Amino acid sequence: MSEITPERVAYLAQLARIALTPDEIETLTGELGAIVDAVATVQQVATPDVPATSHPIPLTGGMRPDVPGVTLTTEQALAGAPDHDGSRFRVTAILGEEQ
Amino acid sequence: MSAAANSADLTRATAADLAARLAAGEVSSVEVTQAHLDRIAAVDGDVHAFLHVNAAALETAAQVDADRAAGVALPELAGMPIAIKDVLCTLDMPSTSGSKILEGWVPPYDATVVARLRAARMIPLGKTNMDEFAMGSSTEHSAYGPTRNPWDLERIPGGSGGGSAAAVSAFEAPVALGSDTGGSIRQPAAVTGSVGVKPTYGAVSRYGAIALASSLDQVGPVSRSVLDAALVHDVIGGHDARDATSIPDAWPSMAEAARRGAQGDVLKGLRVGVVRELRGESGGFQAGVKQRFEETLDLLAGAGAEIVEVSAPNFEYAVAAYYLILPAEASSNLAKFDSVRFGLRVEVPGGTVEDVMAATREAGFGPEVKRRIILGTYALSAGYYDAYYGSAQKVRTLIQRDFAAAFEKADILVSPSAPTTAFRFGEKLADPLAMYLNDVTTIPANLAGVPGMGLPMGLAPEDSLPTGLQLMAPAREDARLYEAGAAIEALLETHWGGPLWAQVPALSGSASNGGAR
Repeated sequence: MSEITPERVAYLAQLARIALTPDEIETLTGELGAIVDAVATVQQVATPDVPATSHPIPLTGGMRPDVPGVTLTTEQALAGAPDHDGSRFRVTAILGEEQ
Repeated sequence: MSAAANSADLTRATAADLAARLAAGEVSSVEVTQAHLDRIAAVDGDVHAFLHVNAAALETAAQVDADRAAGVALPELAGMPIAIKDVLCTLDMPSTSGSKILEGWVPPYDATVVARLRAARMIPLGKTNMDEFAMGSSTEHSAYGPTRNPWDLERIPGGSGGGSAAAVSAFEAPVALGSDTGGSIRQPAAVTGSVGVKPTYGAVSRYGAIALASSLDQVGPVSRSVLDAALVHDVIGGHDARDATSIPDAWPSMAEAARRGAQGDVLKGLRVGVVRELRGESGGFQAGVKQRFEETLDLLAGAGAEIVEVSAPNFEYAVAAYYLILPAEASSNLAKFDSVRFGLRVEVPGGTVEDVMAATREAGFGPEVKRRIILGTYALSAGYYDAYYGSAQKVRTLIQRDFAAAFEKADILVSPSAPTTAFRFGEKLADPLAMYLNDVTTIPANLAGVPGMGLPMGLAPEDSLPTGLQLMAPAREDARLYEAGAAIEALLETHWGGPLWAQVPALSGSASNGGAR
């Protein structure tokens, strides 16, 4: 039985920074419950003796010369920003009143 | 020859043929590019393969022509138009990944594969439609409306790269780029009767490909022939220091492999492994797909291939593992869309930056993206991590072991590329799980990192729509796919009396007024 409840979906949405509507939370609760039940089948074969694979083709890191490369200018980096002051991204208040 | 006939000739030619004619000076890049722009203007109102058409395409083509006239040595595909999936960053065109959150965003850099196309003097034709952030199998999750299948405009072109597949099968581009995280190149190829390759993980740079799931994503070619895919693979492949997962090895020429396959006798004695679990006996596979697959095996046996059945028992858990790993990685990758550095911002009067962020992501992401971000956040949350994400990573090991055992017995593995032909719009939209099962055949290769190719396998008798054959090879053996793929393609085309794409219905171009720009 799935542990997906509307309260949990609302909490996950808060963690993921998505302001879901109550209707979306209700729909997602049903859908995610079914999906989680389906994907939980991985537990049937994931026994303790099986090592985890996080990367399909293992590579070891290499070294490169520490020389300056071509990087973005400030202007280029800010070109797609919703708001900026010419040298920095501009955002609204970072802290709420209670903080 | 009339101008119109000449133009049709140019849009139906293979890239290999066009390259030879361009090099010989029989046609100019401007003529080839204009023919494809004309075709886009005529049919893209119906097909909607493109989100953006490159206004500078003809100018770029004219520069190639001028250099050729001046005797400058040019690469093999110089002057060749190519369509680019919108997941790839382009300096001179918007790159939205099919999402409203990136509407109109023009990146400050080119993806490495795009930079390599430009260095090869290819002509970017435009950006192709896709499911939002490559999440989907039908393009119905594009924020800009779906692409339509050129074989039947009432049906899906596959996804996420339905735009690139439709563009080549509607003759709007000779070749295109796609990206494949769980089948997004191979499944669209199957349902549009085209060719698509997911290279070995790390064979092609991911730098500048807007990330979906970083341990699964791979960029690859889309085309109407195996050789054309190989030619594009040779341009985009190889080590890139900007991608830490890029394989540093030297690679053989894929085009040489394809030419060897088309001309030689490579099928004789080739051990072709049929994956029992993907043969379609477990249900969910359309009868006509199974029929064409078994017929193809008979043809291969007739050509001297040794057909062996192999078992991959853990493939049964691949879709489940994939829908834990992908959402987990996606929820992390998509955290960058925070309303601060680029893309959409929805203002919240009196709100904190966190309120603005949440409102922006609510407005800018579509339902499938929200679904997967929430699922991934759940899979990674404290108390559930080991049970879900940790278990999925173990399944990944088991699937790699299944591949290793199978490749002990076979040189290549085969299966249908997709369990069904193209379905109708809306048919699977209400049931996310049903949509996810479209990729049951393609997901194992992504989880294991091995290369996979999709190529046309004939039309299903019951609906006259394309079916696809998938080939898989061991990691780093991409050339083996091209060699065997070109041989199988030649065998099938001899059997059919020509390429499958010759049978695609003509498009009336009735809705051409609203062509994409």
